Amino acid sequence: MMRRIVADYPLVVTALLLSIFGVAMVYSAGVTDTPTAVARVYKSQIVWLVLGMVGAYGISRSSVRFIEWVTIPAYFFSLVLLALTLVIGSGAGTAASTKSWLAVGGVRIGQPSELAKITVVLMLAHILAGRREPPKSLMDLWKPALAVAVPWVIIMLQPDLGTGIVFIGIFFGMLYWSGVSWPLLLLLASPVVSLILSFSTGLWGAWFLVLLALVIYYRPYLVEGIVLMVANIATGVVANILWEKLEPYQQNRLKVFLDPSADARASGYHVIQSKIAIGSGGFTGKGYTLGTQKRLAFLPEQHTDFIFAVVGEEVGFIGVTIALTLFLILFLRITQVSGRANDSFSSLVAFGLMASWFVHVLVNVGMTLNLMPITGIPLPFFSYGGSFMLACWLAIGILMRISGEGRGKAAFKTS
Amino acid sequence: MSFHPNDIARRTRLSSVGILVLFVILLSAFFRTQVLQHETFVQQSLENRLREIPLPAPRGIIYDRKGQIIAENLPAYSVSITAPSLDSLRSSLKALQPTLQLTDTDISKAVRRYRRAPTRPTVILPDASIDVISVLEEHRLDYPRLIIQSVPKRFYPDGPLVASFVGYTGEITETELNLPQFEGYKPGQTIGKGGLEKQYEPVLHGREGQRFDEVDARGRPVRGVGPRPDRDPVGAPPLHTNIDLDLQKFTASVFGDSLRGGAIALEPRTGAVLALYSAPSFDPNRFTGGIPEDYWKQLNTDPWRPLFNKVIQGTYPPASTWKLATATIGLQNKVVTMDTRMPIACSGGMQYGRRYFRCWEKRGHGYQTLAGAIEKSCDVYFYQLGLRIGLSRLVGGGIDLEFGERSGIDLPNEYKPRFPTRDVRAYYDRRYGPRGWTAGANSLNLSIGQGENSQTVVNMAKFFTALATDGASAKPELVKRSPEREQILNLTPQQLARLREALAGVVSARGTAGGSRIEGLVIAGKTGTAQNSENPEVDHAWFVGFAPAANPTILVAVFLEFGDHGWLAARVASKIIGYYTKAVPVELPTTETE
Repeated sequence: MMRRIVADYPLVVTALLLSIFGVAMVYSAGVTDTPTAVARVYKSQIVWLVLGMVGAYGISRSSVRFIEWVTIPAYFFSLVLLALTLVIGSGAGTAASTKSWLAVGGVRIGQPSELAKITVVLMLAHILAGRREPPKSLMDLWKPALAVAVPWVIIMLQPDLGTGIVFIGIFFGMLYWSGVSWPLLLLLASPVVSLILSFSTGLWGAWFLVLLALVIYYRPYLVEGIVLMVANIATGVVANILWEKLEPYQQNRLKVFLDPSADARASGYHVIQSKIAIGSGGFTGKGYTLGTQKRLAFLPEQHTDFIFAVVGEEVGFIGVTIALTLFLILFLRITQVSGRANDSFSSLVAFGLMASWFVHVLVNVGMTLNLMPITGIPLPFFSYGGSFMLACWLAIGILMRISGEGRGKAAFKTS
Repeated sequence: MSFHPNDIARRTRLSSVGILVLFVILLSAFFRTQVLQHETFVQQSLENRLREIPLPAPRGIIYDRKGQIIAENLPAYSVSITAPSLDSLRSSLKALQPTLQLTDTDISKAVRRYRRAPTRPTVILPDASIDVISVLEEHRLDYPRLIIQSVPKRFYPDGPLVASFVGYTGEITETELNLPQFEGYKPGQTIGKGGLEKQYEPVLHGREGQRFDEVDARGRPVRGVGPRPDRDPVGAPPLHTNIDLDLQKFTASVFGDSLRGGAIALEPRTGAVLALYSAPSFDPNRFTGGIPEDYWKQLNTDPWRPLFNKVIQGTYPPASTWKLATATIGLQNKVVTMDTRMPIACSGGMQYGRRYFRCWEKRGHGYQTLAGAIEKSCDVYFYQLGLRIGLSRLVGGGIDLEFGERSGIDLPNEYKPRFPTRDVRAYYDRRYGPRGWTAGANSLNLSIGQGENSQTVVNMAKFFTALATDGASAKPELVKRSPEREQILNLTPQQLARLREALAGVVSARGTAGGSRIEGLVIAGKTGTAQNSENPEVDHAWFVGFAPAANPTILVAVFLEFGDHGWLAARVASKIIGYYTKAVPVELPTTETE
């Protein structure tokens, strides 16, 4: 018997509150003493929000099976779009030299990477759900790894470090949800850790010994173990070469993360001004639209990457607490949704979307306080950006559908 | 896949706890920044958006004794710019160069000002012309960071006539900024650089005010923040001086363009300085807002040294004017009375040891009393008096009469006179070597105001204030305050009266300055003709005198470089005295009598 689906109100209402809060902040971001084009962007943000909500409603009226059915074509479609950006892509905002935008005749249509975030989640869920039991060895992981690696490489070629980080977050989050054991996740992540630690030979040496102990304890296949250790040594060695390969602005961003005053006039400027904006906002803020750091253009990218600094400056710690609490409610609700999803595909999709947003929020909000390096990740429902807003609401639509079909407590649905 | 309900429940719990923990960490980071460190960031945010624009305070107005203005402030316009970086400043200056007609010196000065204080607006033109201002006002929107300010500008209505004592103002230098007395001063501020302006800088300097402009990230002003009465500039109180501006101008006119030297006129009873002029003078108005380079060069290469104050900085042998000191020391040591004659009559000189010491009068003065010797300025008489006193008593007496110290006039950079120390032997040994001098010859030289004795004009004037009054010298003072007098002459009133009588004889038909007499006014004084090391042919001329002799209201000391003979200086002094006493005839009876 087909169940009658009733909307998951906590999910939708939270997302709607976040979006309204976000649009209000995008509007405020445009209120500057020297008017700029940002003054008008809130209008298109509203249009995209409405479009997104319509799309979400549409998806919520379909079915999970339909979503699973379009997974593979959608995944490959997004790969094609991503590949196209390398040919005809253009940049914007803090990353004007990159190619993450798909543009036709100079008009930027959208960022295919936003679509890819969803299709990769779907694809991973499709692959992982097809297994009888969770991956037990690194060899078992080649398929999901490849599904993420292909779009990831294209994105790193754009280059868009932020989105790359999101993909890694999605990958590990979904592996965890599918039941991959902690030690295996750790082994998988070890080359990345090697990459980061290679800047200090001593630290890297210590990490290598820890890894060796782990390998002996976990006893993977011999080939796997060797490949793993070789990979760790290799990343440690190539780290410096990779560093040289990074664009100067990327190098600066990483350096500035360690010491904002290192480049106080350029890259460090963003972080310093963002902290000043947030700190000077205080407990109650300077008042909606009245933030001086924003008004006088001290705060860079106030409507996109640093919109949360506007929140901190204008509505203070109270506003920050409200925004973060809304995000917390949303994420806990989605975790619940994936916990009581009808099947493993739905469950994985829900958790993957949550993991994606969680990385966004953590990195973006952390960046405004210099807890994270500047990587150009937008804040879901807040940062100005049409494709992102649309993608977020399409994801809400998918989550509504999954929630509606889910089992368990019938608090928000009738059977 | 491991989707057993128990596994799912466990992972849900674990994920939820993990998410919660990370959010709490994030929120606590915001709490730390927004609540605990709030004040720090508020301060940084204010520093970001508020630009302080200094509002210079007007300097105190300087008045003469009758309330006439010596130094005042006129409204002027300064042009300055705020620049986020040196490169930005350079490119702005380049863009403004044609409009403001900036010279390369203006630009390098502006760059130096910026380096010293990058956060303060950098002054480009301290005193811009109205034409430049009106052009700039038209293009105001093109240069949003330009600040055009009305600022007080120092002005001396009588310019060169008062420069000798009033000094001038200028921008504070880096060296001065490091001095303890300029603590709290900021680069670009104007300070007194000489004369009264420097001496009374702490009084004349007002309190700088501030205005705040809200600026955007590119340093463009968005709006004023509104007046802050507590930050308004506070002008300094006026400075009332003892100067008689009319007499000062007259004194300057007596010197004209031809005479060089210095003159000081003061009230002998109070030390109040009525006029102080050093010729040639300079125009202090040209120093305001940065002295033009060519003018500065001209002043420094002029052989007549306009910036060298002949009244307080020039030290010259006092010559015969010092004979009054010799006479005083002789009287005080009771080696002579006013009527004592010396054993050797003046025959135009006298033999002492192997040397012949000349009198200025080749024809000789014959036998003279002390009174007569003062009138005629007979050198031979004073040679013998000097020998009677002896070198160490002569030097010691001179030191008691304050010839070894500065007068203490309230002007900066007064030079110390040259005079032997009380330990005569050690002093002369150091100067000439143990065998290079004799007490006798030096007594002879000192007794007529030559030798190891160079005095400033102001110091000689101070000594004569004691002769003119009851024996107490008055410290010369430009600014009104209670007089400082010190009894230096240990003479009876009769002795003082006889000395004054003799001095009156100098400016009589009998005396050396007979040509300077004034009808109906008894002037007492002493001429001096100093040997000149620079040019032995032409001597320096001195005259120190006061009038009326019995009850003096004015004392004048005049020194003329290359004046040739004392009576020339006496002519100058008598003109000044005549002008003053006629100018204030009614005040005469009111002055106190002994």
